Amino acid sequence: MHIRGPRDFWAGAIYLALAIVVIWIGRNYQQGTSARMGPGYFPTALGAILAIFGVVSIVRSFIRAGEAISPFAWRPLALVLGSVVLFGLLLPTAGVIVALTCLIIVGALASRHTRLDVTSIAALIGIVAFCVIVFVKGLGVPMPLLGSWLGG
Amino acid sequence: MMDMLANLALGFQTAMSLSNLLYCLIGVFLGTAVGVLPGIGPIATIAMLLPITFGLPPVSALIMLSGIYYGAQYGGSTTAILINLPGESASVVTALDGYRMARQGKAGLALATAAIGSFIAGSVATVLVALFAPPLAELALHFGPAEYFSLMVLGLVASIVLASGSLLHALAVVVVGLVLGLVGTDVNSGVSRYSLGYPQLADGIGFVVIAMGMFGLAEIVSNLENEATRSAAIKHVTGLLPSREDWRKILGPIGRGTVLGSALGILPGGGAILASFASYSLEKKLSKTPEQFGQGAIEGVAGPESANNAGAQTSFIPMLTLGIPANPVMALMIGALMIQGIQPGPTIITEQATLFWGVVVSMWIGNVFLLILNLPLIGLWVRMVSVPYHYLYPAIMVFCAIGVFSISNTTFDVHLMALFGLLGYVFMKLGCEPTPLLLGFILGPPMEEYLRRALVLSEGRADVLVREPLSAILLAIAALLLASVLLPAIRKKREETFVSEG
Repeated sequence: MHIRGPRDFWAGAIYLALAIVVIWIGRNYQQGTSARMGPGYFPTALGAILAIFGVVSIVRSFIRAGEAISPFAWRPLALVLGSVVLFGLLLPTAGVIVALTCLIIVGALASRHTRLDVTSIAALIGIVAFCVIVFVKGLGVPMPLLGSWLGG
Repeated sequence: MMDMLANLALGFQTAMSLSNLLYCLIGVFLGTAVGVLPGIGPIATIAMLLPITFGLPPVSALIMLSGIYYGAQYGGSTTAILINLPGESASVVTALDGYRMARQGKAGLALATAAIGSFIAGSVATVLVALFAPPLAELALHFGPAEYFSLMVLGLVASIVLASGSLLHALAVVVVGLVLGLVGTDVNSGVSRYSLGYPQLADGIGFVVIAMGMFGLAEIVSNLENEATRSAAIKHVTGLLPSREDWRKILGPIGRGTVLGSALGILPGGGAILASFASYSLEKKLSKTPEQFGQGAIEGVAGPESANNAGAQTSFIPMLTLGIPANPVMALMIGALMIQGIQPGPTIITEQATLFWGVVVSMWIGNVFLLILNLPLIGLWVRMVSVPYHYLYPAIMVFCAIGVFSISNTTFDVHLMALFGLLGYVFMKLGCEPTPLLLGFILGPPMEEYLRRALVLSEGRADVLVREPLSAILLAIAALLLASVLLPAIRKKREETFVSEG
């Protein structure tokens, strides 16, 4: 027995894991009867359906050969998502200017083509200035210019 | 007939107000500008621009969003023609001959053909929406909860069958979407479901969070993975207007594309995508010189582009009258309407007559803007197309991050978006197309509600779904569709159809 369709296998594993979580948490909600569906009725039913799809997908992965999973692009993945998380952390603490600058610089590192040159720095300053003027001043999105760390 | 004229008059009154004209124009312009940028499809474009419409009254917001949608689609075609980089699957076909034409120095002609075809198709489709939406809504008013539930099942199944990729995974992804849609406070019992103790999840997961994460961020990572150096071959675009000879060639394909697109656009799922593929193969079959297709045949641009735009327009019919999204973009529209406090459904035509007819008329106005905006502005689009991706994507990330934050002013959503970015990327890696997730997400809550009501009325007997004749018919169609995919012969044909889509 070995996995012949790794995509099917891992997708199935995700469905099954999600289904188990849905049913497990859902057991705390009242199921009710079919005439009076409780809050747990529909989610539990969906969880069961999802579990079936998960099992079918896993079983199929042992029977039918499928494409291999191409390697993850870890560097772009970590930098793009990490910079967004960093933005979320820095926005209330360091303020929108610092948070945006970090988002752009860390995010930009994900590309092989990014160079530290005049154009990039001008683009960075331009985007930050645009966002401050349009979103904070113009549309009034409540983002602190300077965060709690900087006495804003 | 008189009714329709009166209704259209109401629509013109609404859509022609100075502010709504302006919002339509801004929408079309922004949609095209963002849509032109390589690597950003219409879903990401709309999700990104959605937050700026929240402050507007519902009519203006929907008018602007529709404008963004047509603009984004036209922008996608521009990118496909100029640099052979289709932003969405519907413009894959346009790239086949459009890019060839551009290489032969006829980029201007290809772009003008796309604009003219889109305009004619859009105008016809607008009339069709005005004609067919009211009777459909009338019919839908007689639907009970069982019929609605079955209709939604059919909608989901059809969208899966018509989309490309593995049936099993599409079904599973829809269920994942349905489950995600249930997160938050249950309307009937007041129980907070699956909120994991986060008060920010009490109102459910924001659909913009999911859309931007799965289609914005995940796309960026995926694009960076295969970062190629693009050659912006075309610097100047000349020779815009079609000659008399060209007109003779394109009118037929535009007409046929319009009919095909309008019919297929109403269908749930990849109606517009299917329409452009169908139109392309139809024109190739009808052509006296089929060998020119793929070598820069102008008919190969005119037909699919018209079909695509007609389909985009008629997909508003099921969205506005039944509250059922025919594609992920319509799912976004429904989400936007709900943020505005409007529940799309059959009553919208009577209760929100101004909104409905205003939007219908603005579709046509949007197409006029598209035409007069694009022909003179092509030079600007060409310059935007050639912006390198490594300058673009940090800006996209900035708009995603600020956009998501601005909806409910919480950084929680920003982090959640990153999580959905990860999920979207993993799904892509595993070959699971993530678009059905959005449809499921939007339909989760109403499906639960209609099922609940149907079962209350039938005193808990689930066979009500097949005992009501109309509901039974809808479910039977859904079952037939599923069976048709599983049958080997049709399955093979379906794989052939999508093979060129990659």
